[in-house]
Order: sequence, then structure tokens, then C-alpha cells
Amino acid sequence: MALPNKPIGELKAVRDPEVDKRDVDVLIVGGGMAACGTAFEIKKWASDDTKILLCDKAALERSGAVAQGLSAINTYIGENKPEDYVRMVRNDLMGIVREDLIFDLGRHVDDSVHLFEEWGLPVWKKTDDGKNLDGKKGLKAGSLKSGATPVRTGKWQIMINGESYKRIVAEAGKKALGEDNIIERCFIVELLNDKDDPTKVAGAVGFSVRENKVYIITAKVMMVACGGAVNVYQPRSVGEGKGRAWYPVWNAGSTYTMAVRAGAELSMMENRFTPARFKDGYGPVGAWFLLFKAQTVNGLGENYAASDEAKAELEKYAPYGTAAVTPTCLRNHLMMKEYKEGRGPIIMKTSDALAKLGETMSKKELKHLESEAWEDFLDMSVGQAGLWCATNTEPEKKDSEVMPTEPYLLGSHSGCCGIWCSGPEEDWVPADYKWGYNRMTTVKGLFTAGDGVGCSGHKFSSGSHAEGRICAKEMIKYLRDNPGAVSFKETDQELVDMVYKPVRTYLDNSTYTTDETVNPNYCKPSGMAMRLMKMTNEYGGGTATYYMTGGKSLEILMENFEMFREDLENIAAGDLHELMRAWEINHRLYTVEAHTRHIQFREESRYPGFYYRGDFMGQNDEEWFCFTNSTYNKETNEWSLKKVPYIKIISD
Amino acid sequence: MPSFVIAEKCDGCKGGDKTACMYICPNDLMVLEPNEMKAYNQEPDQCWECFSCVKICPSQAIEVRGYSDFVPMGGSTVPMMGTEDIMWTCKFRNGVVKRFKFPIRTTPEGEANAYADLKGKDLDSGLLSTQEADGYVLVAPTELA
Repeated sequence: MALPNKPIGELKAVRDPEVDKRDVDVLIVGGGMAACGTAFEIKKWASDDTKILLCDKAALERSGAVAQGLSAINTYIGENKPEDYVRMVRNDLMGIVREDLIFDLGRHVDDSVHLFEEWGLPVWKKTDDGKNLDGKKGLKAGSLKSGATPVRTGKWQIMINGESYKRIVAEAGKKALGEDNIIERCFIVELLNDKDDPTKVAGAVGFSVRENKVYIITAKVMMVACGGAVNVYQPRSVGEGKGRAWYPVWNAGSTYTMAVRAGAELSMMENRFTPARFKDGYGPVGAWFLLFKAQTVNGLGENYAASDEAKAELEKYAPYGTAAVTPTCLRNHLMMKEYKEGRGPIIMKTSDALAKLGETMSKKELKHLESEAWEDFLDMSVGQAGLWCATNTEPEKKDSEVMPTEPYLLGSHSGCCGIWCSGPEEDWVPADYKWGYNRMTTVKGLFTAGDGVGCSGHKFSSGSHAEGRICAKEMIKYLRDNPGAVSFKETDQELVDMVYKPVRTYLDNSTYTTDETVNPNYCKPSGMAMRLMKMTNEYGGGTATYYMTGGKSLEILMENFEMFREDLENIAAGDLHELMRAWEINHRLYTVEAHTRHIQFREESRYPGFYYRGDFMGQNDEEWFCFTNSTYNKETNEWSLKKVPYIKIISD
Repeated sequence: MPSFVIAEKCDGCKGGDKTACMYICPNDLMVLEPNEMKAYNQEPDQCWECFSCVKICPSQAIEVRGYSDFVPMGGSTVPMMGTEDIMWTCKFRNGVVKRFKFPIRTTPEGEANAYADLKGKDLDSGLLSTQEADGYVLVAPTELA
């Protein structure tokens, strides 16, 4: 051990950082698909003298959920009707969704997909004789915009060569907004309310993870879109592999926490996503099910999902369970039944699927098929390909195991937790679902998109981008109507003290012991991360209990959260990377607390397979066919939950 | 599958204006040790194995080795980025080697059309700028409950 005791990271934190103050009209917090959509769209509506700033915790070129790439765009309406898109989302999410938001997304999303292709994203095309063309060959067959046929896997998904998806989308966003209006490696940690009208947003504070600098930003209108929440539940791999999360491990719940602390109402936070993925590598299964038509069997080799028993189980959850496409949570529910009754593990029969497809293919076509199977991983989940290599898994010869992961919180994929937002200001939208500006939260001037918007899942990458663009225009509209200056009550010194508190705690105490990681006067982000995930796993319906929780467990969890929250006052950071981790764990706490408080409030099991209330099994439509919304008061540390009526807009 | 830096190959991006891996890592893991002028992954258990650092490294000094808690030794997946394609070499534990080439973009880098000159007209409509320019008609739902 190296003495004297010193921080681990290379970029040491100092007690008093530089302060960089900005005064802008529009602030965009985040740099993923949604924020890139905003960056592309906003100057097309703003006057030339509008000051716009985007802050990204990472680098736009590879930030957010699409950093690694994707092998498909999961939302492209194309020949379908937006009404059917609403029906699909509604059924998958067990009936309770905001149909105005979903319909609105459905009529905008294709425009973003057309732009992606124009910018250079290779989109696969189907020839008249049923062959697939990818890369530049796909483009030669015509663009989607000009009416060429994409390669559909399901009704809504299209195949792409998407390794550079995010780089392409970020490039357009950066060019449109201008690099001078973007600060990368700036982690915004708290939103600030207006001092005269606390129901209005007035700015934000954050810090650089590259230099000792705190950013204090005044903004008249802003969007927060920093993705969902990962590592809020203990992952199945708890060693090195805890980074191999299915959703990006850097998504820390910042969107929900910053919004709820600023007074925004959250909705359906009880919803979670526990995707069934290839075990350990968390590689995608969609193409295997939909494109290669593979089946899953239980440990006895039975096609359990097609059994009479499974059918009877699904009937309990009619009309969702009996719909043509079984909701994602119920597919998990059937899997859980196999595990619990000792008929695991679940195996994806990749070998049978490829053999069957091979029957009608030439050798060359078969080779291409094998390549497509590998590309599915190499474009978006390289680690799964690595695991196949390390375990000598050639999918045509050896099958792979599938397993539901730990829970994730998100609003853009097959989940719908998030912030309660206004729908479009149009006649067909119920009065209770609109308050002037599309995608504005219940805090004036605060907008969100992508994972941030609650009750409207299945947007995926393309929908998040389109939603970011919707926000861009609506923010400029808000700015036109609300041009007045804003200001917050906190002084510069108070804000710096808050942001750099973990650094001061470290500097004041670290030399007391000989090992800087073990010190009775402070806690460290790495330990707190494990502590949070242990308590949610054990009491909040993690993998440890097959996603089961109940009233008493949740009561214990809340007590644990409260001590955790108090201890965060003593979290210590010796370097800038650790300071980022300290703030991330703070964001994770409020987000997962919101999640479990919603589970506690909703006395039914709306999403079997995602989570269960052991004391309230099954669905109780009479009491709970409604949204559940929550708010948090940061002055008093009080949560409030309530029911909000669901209004059906689209017919069955 | 945390990334690792091959000591002999890393030159700390000398001559570059920024350390490539440090610039790109979405999770702020790659850092430069300024005395040795070499990079390293400071938190391997938070690596998403997104391969961003591997793909961007100008010296091909970064690779990835399987997570120690579930990946057997001996396999590797190594990318080589081009301007239009990416080449992957996938080596199995048993020695089998597979190579794949996939397209990554159809336009030259930097050529994405940002529609810099496009200005929207009707701020009060629900149309996005390019939808408005294309004469797209915003539909309201017709199949109402």
C-alpha cells in the first residue's frame, strides 16, 4: 500500500473549484438520442439570437444507450397506422398508457428515421423477390422516404447496419447546434427553481469531470433527457461483470431524480423492465425470435410457452394475455414459472432455427445468414459475441441459454416509467392530459423526452430522437410566450458547497486512516452502490426473490433508504471520477425509491413477470386501472402518491 | 469484458490534441497516467464493453478480455474500423476463427445533412421542420374509443 494515503483517480479534486457561470435561453441536459434530436431541430425554430447550451456527461459521439450501436430500429411506422401502434404499446404495457403521447410519437417518428438514412445510416431493404440487401446495396434499392421496402423483423422493427448509428446521429446534431454550444463531460446534478415562482425551472448546476469546475447555468426553458436507470438493482453478475448491464451502465436515473427534486410529477414509476436476454452476455434475442424464428424450450426440452398450462396461465391476464402478441412481462412470467417449478433453464434453440432456415438456402445465403446472426451481437452487444467465442458457441451447432435480467427503469424501451408530461394541445387530447406545451412536465419550462416521458414506452432509439425534436419546437414556443428573466435563490457559494461537498468530506477526513477506502467518517460511492443494490435486490423485488416483494419488505426497504439518504451526506470523493460516481449514486437512490414507493402504493401486481406484490397477486382493475403519480418535496423530504384517471382514446 | 491497454502499444496519443480513449469512453473509465504517458481503464467493473475505446484507438493498443466472473479464457473479438465498414475477427477458445465485415455508413464522415439553412414557418403547428418542408399533413386519430 502506498502511503501517504491518496485518492485513486488521476484527476484530483480540489477544495475550491473554479466557477463557470452561464446565462442561456435554452438548456439541453443529456446527449443521447433524444438530446441529439433536440440539437438537430432547435435552431430551425429559434431566432438567431437565442442562446442555447447542451451539457452531456460524456461525449455525444458515443453517449447514451446507442453508444455501442444497434442492429435494428424498433419503431418505424411505415405502412402501419399510428392507431395500431398505440394498440400494440397499450397491450404490451397491460393497458395503462398515455395514448395521446404514443399516437403523437407515431406520427412523427418516421421523419427521424428518414433523416438517419439520409445522414448515412445503412438500412436493409427487401427486394421484390424477397432477398435482403444491406449497406450501400440497400440504399441503391431506394430510400425509405422514397418508398423502398425495409426488412421487417416484427411489425414495427426494421433491420439496419447500426454500428455507427450514434456517431451519425450525433454528427448531425452537433453540426446543427454548433460545437460552441455544447459542453461535453459536464455532469448536471441538480435543477434550480425560480425564486419568485418555485413551480418554474430557472437553471441547473453541475460540474466538469475533466477539470475542477462547477457550472452554474441560468436558463428560461430546459429539457432533461439523461436516459433511464441501471444498476439500481443488484445485477446477476456481481464481480467484474456488473458492468455488463443490459441497458447502459452509466444511466443513473438522473432524469427522474433531477425532475422530481425540481417538483415534477412522476408517473407509473412502478413499471420496470427485466428483459429476457442471452444469459450473462445480455445479447439481444429479438432477431433470434423474429428474424430467425427460433424457439425457446425449458430444461426438459419442452416448448413450455405453447403448452396448455401456459395458455391457461395467460388467460388469467386477459385481454392482454390472450392477445395475438403476448406482453413482454407475461412472457417473462411464463419463464419464471418454469424456473420456480424446477424446469429451468430456458434454452434458445438456435441450432434448430438455423438448420430450418438453411433447408431452403444456398451455401452463400447460409453464410450470409450466419453473418447476420453475428452482426446482431457485434453491432450492439459485443460482449455476447465474446462470450460465444470463449464458450466455443457456434449458434448453428450449440444452443444458448436465455434468462430474465435484473430490473431496469426506463420509459423508451418496453417500459413506461417516467415523468408526467403534457400531450399535444389538440382537440382530441383530453383536457387533463394537456397544459399548453407538448412534453412539458408539471414544472413550468421543464421538458423531457426519451426515457424521461412516462406512460409511453416502445419509442426506442428513433422515437426518442423524434420526441427530442418535438421538445425543441415546444421549448421555443414556451420561450416566445415566456420571455421574462428567471433567477434562483441559491447563491454561487451555496451551489459550489453542495456540488463539492463529497470532495470536502474527503479532504477533511482521508488522512485519518492508512487506507483511503476504509474510514469511519465517510462512505465511498463504490460501497454505497453495492449497499443500494443489495437492499433493493432483497426487499424490492430483485432477482434474489424472483421479483417478489410485499408490504413488510417494502416497509423495511423504506427504512433502509432513509438511512442511506442520511449517509449520502457523508459520501466522499477524492477525484473527479469519484465525484461523478458520488452524484450518480445520489440520483440512483431517489429514482429507485420512487420506483419502490410506487410498488408500495399500487396494491396489485400489474406486471407479472416484471414484479409481484405477494400480498396483492393478480390485477385489480376495479381499484387500480389508473395511473399512479408521485411528487417529492425536497425541503421536507416527503413523498406524495395519488391515482390519476386513465382515459381511453383509441378504440380496441 | 473490461477493456485493457497494451503497454507497449499505447503512446498516450502523443501528437494528438486529446487522448482518444479518454475522449470517447461514455462512462469516463479511460484515463491517462501522465508520467508514463499511458492510458488505463480505472474501473474495469463498470465497463459496458461497448468497444468505443477499442474502435477509436489510433495505435490499436486497446483490447477487451472477458469478465472474470463468467467468461472462460481464450476467446477474443477484435474490430478494425474503416470509413465505410467494420471488420471483426472473432477468435474462439478452441482456435476457430471467424471474420465478418459489416457496413457502418453510406456517406463520408462529416457529411450528415444538418439542414443548417432550414427555418420552420409555423411555430404553433405540431409539425417538425422537415415535415413542414415536405408538406406532411399531421393526422389526428380517427379510430376513437
